[in-house]
Amino acid sequence: MSNSLYNEIINEHNLRPYHKRALENANYTLEGVNPSCGDEITLELFIEDGIIKDAAYEGEGCAISQASADIMADMVIGKTLDEAIHLSDLFLKMIKEGVSEEELEELEEAGILESVSHMPARVKCAVLGWRTMKELIEPLKDNN
Amino acid sequence: MLQLDDKIRDRFSLIKNAHVAYLDNGATTQKPDCVLKAVEKYYNEENANPMRGIYELSVAATDAYENARAAAAEFINAGDASEIVFTRNASESVNLIAYSYGMSQVNEGDEIIVSTAEHHSNLLPWKHVAEVKKAKVVFYDPEPDGEFDIDKLSTLLSDKTKIVAITQVSNVIGRINDIKAISKLVHEKGAVLVVDGAQAIAHIRVNVKDLGADFYVFSGHKMYAPMGIGVMYGRKEFLEKMPPFLFGGEMIESVTKERTTYAEVPHKFEAGTVNVGGAVGLHAAMDFIKQYGFEQIVARENMLTSVALDGMREMPYVDIIGGDMVCNHHGIVAFRVEGVHPHDVAQIFADAGVCVRAGHHCAEPLHRYLAQFAGTRINSSTRMSIAMYNTVSEVERFLDVLSSIRGLMGLS
Repeated sequence: MSNSLYNEIINEHNLRPYHKRALENANYTLEGVNPSCGDEITLELFIEDGIIKDAAYEGEGCAISQASADIMADMVIGKTLDEAIHLSDLFLKMIKEGVSEEELEELEEAGILESVSHMPARVKCAVLGWRTMKELIEPLKDNN
Repeated sequence: MLQLDDKIRDRFSLIKNAHVAYLDNGATTQKPDCVLKAVEKYYNEENANPMRGIYELSVAATDAYENARAAAAEFINAGDASEIVFTRNASESVNLIAYSYGMSQVNEGDEIIVSTAEHHSNLLPWKHVAEVKKAKVVFYDPEPDGEFDIDKLSTLLSDKTKIVAITQVSNVIGRINDIKAISKLVHEKGAVLVVDGAQAIAHIRVNVKDLGADFYVFSGHKMYAPMGIGVMYGRKEFLEKMPPFLFGGEMIESVTKERTTYAEVPHKFEAGTVNVGGAVGLHAAMDFIKQYGFEQIVARENMLTSVALDGMREMPYVDIIGGDMVCNHHGIVAFRVEGVHPHDVAQIFADAGVCVRAGHHCAEPLHRYLAQFAGTRINSSTRMSIAMYNTVSEVERFLDVLSSIRGLMGLS
């Protein structure tokens, strides 16, 4: 199982993340914590005209939490708030109850974390970035 | 006396049938068949509500329970069986002491000294007492290598000190503390000493009188007994003065509308129907340990720890917490793998069928404290912990997986 979870894609996002940095023009920030493992991320978004123009995060944690956050950041850039929330819902659904093949395809690279759904101890790690992103942008939806 | 070797594994059904290397004994041990059979036999042949019935079954249940108490007293060399109070586990034992002794003896401005190495079970109850009574918790920090400097304790102790709470063996780094020297200092200041024996009781011979512990607590489930039975040892002179912690059945002598007279110790602290099955299991577990004896147990666990430490020393990317001397570990080895988060480490072990623990092991203050010396922000670790039934091949399997982790994580 370890070979499927810690595959090249996860390791790459963990060791050489694309979006782990400070975002200078960020206008929305939220900290997310997974108390059971001690994973923590600070998510920063630059949102303009209802579109996530840029996303970045900083933090400490296990490979699953960090790689998942990096993949999330990669995927939500260029998305509307509704699209990003939809992706987050889909990701959580994949982890909690499972998704259809079409839905899995929609999740693109994030789909490689599907096997976490069988690892109850790692669920909170995998969903940390996605949950934080949804928490951050959900209240903004009504204002836009 | 039975010879302690790999044959002991035949006495554990779970170990015989499982294909994992179980190295999480600090969390809980597996249970030998003789313990499970003793519990079953009790329920099949002697079960009734103890202490109250005058019929034969109830007498048998009472005997089974009180025999277990006597066995526990003998096991830790308590002065009298009435100094043994059965609880659910070590956590409940500390809570009992905190709520009863702590709440009645600690006053505003007093101090409770708690070691920084404590499991949260021997910290949070004292923080609570301090909060309620407007007293202060004073932390006793170890040195960077995990050793406690006795002289440092002298400087913390004062006339304000009412209680000192410390573990005998650390659940994170396995270090043994010099309880005898500590108790001498504590008693010179007129304070009482509460010792957490959860990680010591299955691994070294415990003699509460020799240690000078006023209170000593442990869980049955970390010493081959079922979950749900634990012990609070307290010196009789304290127990007699302490108010009850839980109120209810079987802890009274007489109750009228106006007045309640409490039962004698230890029954004063055992309200409600007690866990006779658990106590019988604990009794069987103590007998099981005695069949091998601590001389053999210590020798075997040290041998296994030394195989682990020798292998880990060869891996420069593995940082052993608390030094690499066998005598400092008591079967517990916590470590970090450079560049890999402890939860990923434990996951890779799990996938390879090796059961180890990751996290802060319910000792967050110690992890934060030690992390500053290690120059890391990661205040957690991975822990392997050995019991007498583990084998060299299991430890080698552990080392094999450990050496593969960085590669699996994409590190060279």
